[in-house]
Amino acid sequence: MRFRTLNDIAEICREESLAISELMILEQEKETGQPKEEIVAQMAGYYRIMKEAVRKGLETETKSRSGLVGGDARKVNEYASASEPSVGDWAGKAMAYALSVSEVNASMGRIVATPTAGSCGIIPGVFVSSQERFGWSDEKLVQGLFGAGAIGYVIANNSFISGAEGGCQAEVGSAIGMAAGALVELRGGTPEQAVHAVGLALKNTLGLICDPVAGLVEVPCIVRNGLGAVNALAAADMALAGVRSVIPSDEVIGVMLEIGAKMPSEHRETALGGLAQTPTGRKLTERIKAAKSSGRTSG
Amino acid sequence: MRFKHVFSIIGPVMVGPSSSHTAGAVRIGRVARQLLGRQPEEAEITLYGSFAETYSGHGTDLALVGGLLDFDTDDERIPEAFAEAERLGMRFSIKPGSGTMPHPNFAEITARAGGLEASVQGASIGGGNIEIYSLNGFDTGCSGYYPTLAISHEDRVGVLASITGTLSRSGLNIGFMNLSRKERSGAAMTVVESDRRPGEELLEALRKLPHVERVSVIDVT
Repeated sequence: MRFRTLNDIAEICREESLAISELMILEQEKETGQPKEEIVAQMAGYYRIMKEAVRKGLETETKSRSGLVGGDARKVNEYASASEPSVGDWAGKAMAYALSVSEVNASMGRIVATPTAGSCGIIPGVFVSSQERFGWSDEKLVQGLFGAGAIGYVIANNSFISGAEGGCQAEVGSAIGMAAGALVELRGGTPEQAVHAVGLALKNTLGLICDPVAGLVEVPCIVRNGLGAVNALAAADMALAGVRSVIPSDEVIGVMLEIGAKMPSEHRETALGGLAQTPTGRKLTERIKAAKSSGRTSG
Repeated sequence: MRFKHVFSIIGPVMVGPSSSHTAGAVRIGRVARQLLGRQPEEAEITLYGSFAETYSGHGTDLALVGGLLDFDTDDERIPEAFAEAERLGMRFSIKPGSGTMPHPNFAEITARAGGLEASVQGASIGGGNIEIYSLNGFDTGCSGYYPTLAISHEDRVGVLASITGTLSRSGLNIGFMNLSRKERSGAAMTVVESDRRPGEELLEALRKLPHVERVSVIDVT
């Protein structure tokens, strides 16, 4: 890859008059030796799975493995259709779709990790709702996923994308940054604006810990995906309006690394702290454990 | 760079609920299975760090067992992996280990079948990506991003040259390569990450080389 940082991306795109997604496809061709058609076809397959997951979560009764969560996507979707959501109709849709994909994930259904399964709702939530809203083609959205991928590639290699290493800021935070930057490009913003969107978004999730109740990708992960999709829309809007990330986005990624490295292990996916260790979190954990030991024989 | 390309960020397609604790675990299990080169009859799995704390809720146990059965990350049989293992006659044990490992999501697997044994130590580094730290007790591993050859051989003059010569004649490009030995003139292992999956003919040629004992192909791409 010719880029290591978001600044590299903005510079190369400016010099060569490329969109971020176009640069990503070129670099992917070089890295894997695969022709462009194959690479784009693989991504198109991934986008189909994202759309299927959005639909599945809204049409079927999803229940997580523990029985703790499920059905919230449908509630939000119906509310967004029937009433007037305070965040606006389309942000309401984005929120519902993000919840939907995350609920499918929690029920051991099929999803695409973007960048992880814990954060798999945000990009489909933003992409699928924006596609409906603006009447975009599938091809355009597939292209947009390469832009999201380029941003994620930089974050992953300069910081982290797993909750066990860097907390939720690394998962949900990265996904919001990726979705925000990609949406700027999809809506006609410049690569530089897209890069600012990433920094604006990430600043709002710095320090977010990973504290899943009973260690499950359910509470609070699913709700954070729903809210994350709305955050991504907002960060993209700020950047498209011309707001800049005063601290450059690459430096914000550096801060994510600094915070994650200092984060106690209790707050990095071990379920030994945070929401997982609240009185209710502990009670739910006990209940799930009890249900499990009485209900399973294998192993 | 720990993450190599766009599909290590967007992807993999997988069954939930966790890319690191489910999809990455499937891949680590699959590395052990492929290193052994056949369906294991028994497997011992030891979990460390966050894997040990939260494996049950994420289906990490099901995922590792699914990997040992050669399932891919999106295989919808993963939730039923224990039943599948029983059907295929694979016994397994899963236990938490103690001590500090190089990564918070860490697993150790020993698999056996027909008098052969394979062991793997690996970490799940996020987004379904893995890093293998040790193969059959050698301090050498792979990233799982490329089709990988794991070649056990004796530590002798010229073995590496004969391996690379054979690869070169078959037109296989080497991306990354590592040789590790346990002691001078003792057992050694060479790991080659290449740009495409090696064919049967090449594997046969490698197996016939002097001082080469076992050749496995690890492909979880």
